[in-house]
Amino acid sequence: MSISTGAVTDPHLYLQAQSRWHPLEFAFWAASILPFFIFPNHLVLASQIAITALFALSLDLILGYAGIVSLGHAAFFGLGAYTTGILSKYGWGDPFVGLLAGSVVAGLAGYASSFIIARFRHLTLIMITLGLGFLVHEAANQASWLTGGSDGLQGVRIGPLLGRFTFDLYGYAAYTYSLIVLFIVFLVVRRLINSPFGLSLRGIRENPVRMPAVGAPSHAHIRKIYTISAVIAGIAGAVLAQTSGTVSLGVLDFQRSADVLVILILGGAGRLYGGLIGALIFIVARDQFSGINPQLWYFPIGVLLVAVVMFLPGGILGGLARLTSTLRSRWS
Amino acid sequence: MSATVLSTRGLDKSFGSLIVAKDIALNLPQGERYALIGPNGAGKTTLINLMTGMLQPDGGRIFLGDEDITALKPEDRVKRGLVRTFQINALFPRLTPLEAVMLAVCERRQDAGTWWRRLPAYRDAIEEAHTILESLKLGAVCHRPTHELAYGQQRLLEIALALATKPKVLLLDEPAAGVPKEESAELFSVISDLSKDIAILFIEHDMNVVFRFASRIIVMVSGQILVEGSPKEISAHPRVREVYLGRSHHG
Repeated sequence: MSISTGAVTDPHLYLQAQSRWHPLEFAFWAASILPFFIFPNHLVLASQIAITALFALSLDLILGYAGIVSLGHAAFFGLGAYTTGILSKYGWGDPFVGLLAGSVVAGLAGYASSFIIARFRHLTLIMITLGLGFLVHEAANQASWLTGGSDGLQGVRIGPLLGRFTFDLYGYAAYTYSLIVLFIVFLVVRRLINSPFGLSLRGIRENPVRMPAVGAPSHAHIRKIYTISAVIAGIAGAVLAQTSGTVSLGVLDFQRSADVLVILILGGAGRLYGGLIGALIFIVARDQFSGINPQLWYFPIGVLLVAVVMFLPGGILGGLARLTSTLRSRWS
Repeated sequence: MSATVLSTRGLDKSFGSLIVAKDIALNLPQGERYALIGPNGAGKTTLINLMTGMLQPDGGRIFLGDEDITALKPEDRVKRGLVRTFQINALFPRLTPLEAVMLAVCERRQDAGTWWRRLPAYRDAIEEAHTILESLKLGAVCHRPTHELAYGQQRLLEIALALATKPKVLLLDEPAAGVPKEESAELFSVISDLSKDIAILFIEHDMNVVFRFASRIIVMVSGQILVEGSPKEISAHPRVREVYLGRSHHG
């Protein structure tokens, strides 16, 4: 009866096809090196996009895949940035050391808070993450002997990459470095979401109440993904500190937590590339509009956000996916 | 008589002044098919919630085999073989049946924490998930999102998810709820054909189905077990006829 459908019905082949690289993915990563040739004067901006994309990717793991809403994700980003910056001040300026230290500190903070996070959902969770975000921000503000407080961290000295390439004003090293880090982390995340663990995360998102009834330790899964997500956010913060050579309280701002959420929703949560596309649109838009009017640049972002959540519930990527599947079914 | 796999002793539960379970003692032997019947609000679903750990009893003990499981978390009871299905579809809407059953299989095999291996690498888990779906006639729709499946198919997927955990005891909360009469008999024949290693307790309102598929029947009324017996004994029991079967039963 069902043989004539022509679709792949063998479960092995089907699951393989699900996790196979799509041609568009190759195109996306090939395009990511274009700025070197087309916009060589905007490599610093390109680097910011890559870092923001990395940060959005870390939020996607908990929000898009496990359904955990956070309004305080900047805490881990900031911890990564401050750790890297402070270490460099005391002589450990090597980028890889800073990256490792930043991710470990953020990961430890993520692991510690995950015990609270795993027990709550929805509005409670939003308030808890928001509160924890404020706590970390205020702690950094108060500990000015360590962080420089509201003046920002003084004396950040990042060493050259591999002992050769310095992070300069042209951003050549910066974009190369951020892009490579983004790509490596992306490969890890891509593997993760196509794993049994990734499937269980989607199970938690789809129906957290049902999970214990199939024998799933949801809380343990949530603790694990929250920690992994914090590590990646810490890496993003560390890369920002290194490529920009500065760390200020801005890395911990509520605004940063809110922005990354907006970016992910715009691009499409739970779609792997949603945060990447969202970061590209958001940062380019901010750059363009703030050039026209620095006060009002959130206006077009606000309009875009409202339009997307009203008309494209799956974000921009979700909308595109629906469009192509409609076109495909019309043609066949 | 075969060994008891699930038993409760003096199980009590009340919500405020409302007593939903009072001194419940039952023994479910291996391989048997027990029906749990009783009027609405008799505490049938509550009993399943208590046994599976979704609710904590105020008093009493629950045993799986010889082990006291009263204090265990729901997922740990599932790991030991005590599994339930839900009266209202509690599925994963945007997962396909294959993915959902794979999820349960991977959780059972302790693979669900693994994040560095791709799903397609788990060939035998995929095979197992697919075999379960085929056995419940869901093979043809196993790649469609769950929310697109017909209602009856979703009820079957409930059972598929439970089977993927390799249960010793299966508690089915109205497995045929909302399914048309003719399909419900089919569903129950699938259930009664399940391995005889699995002990089954099911809640069902349709007396024809109950008398046809149950080897023993437990009747609950207002949080208490009124009587337990073979279908013959139950249908002849004067108080059951009075309390539950009423005049509508022509038996």
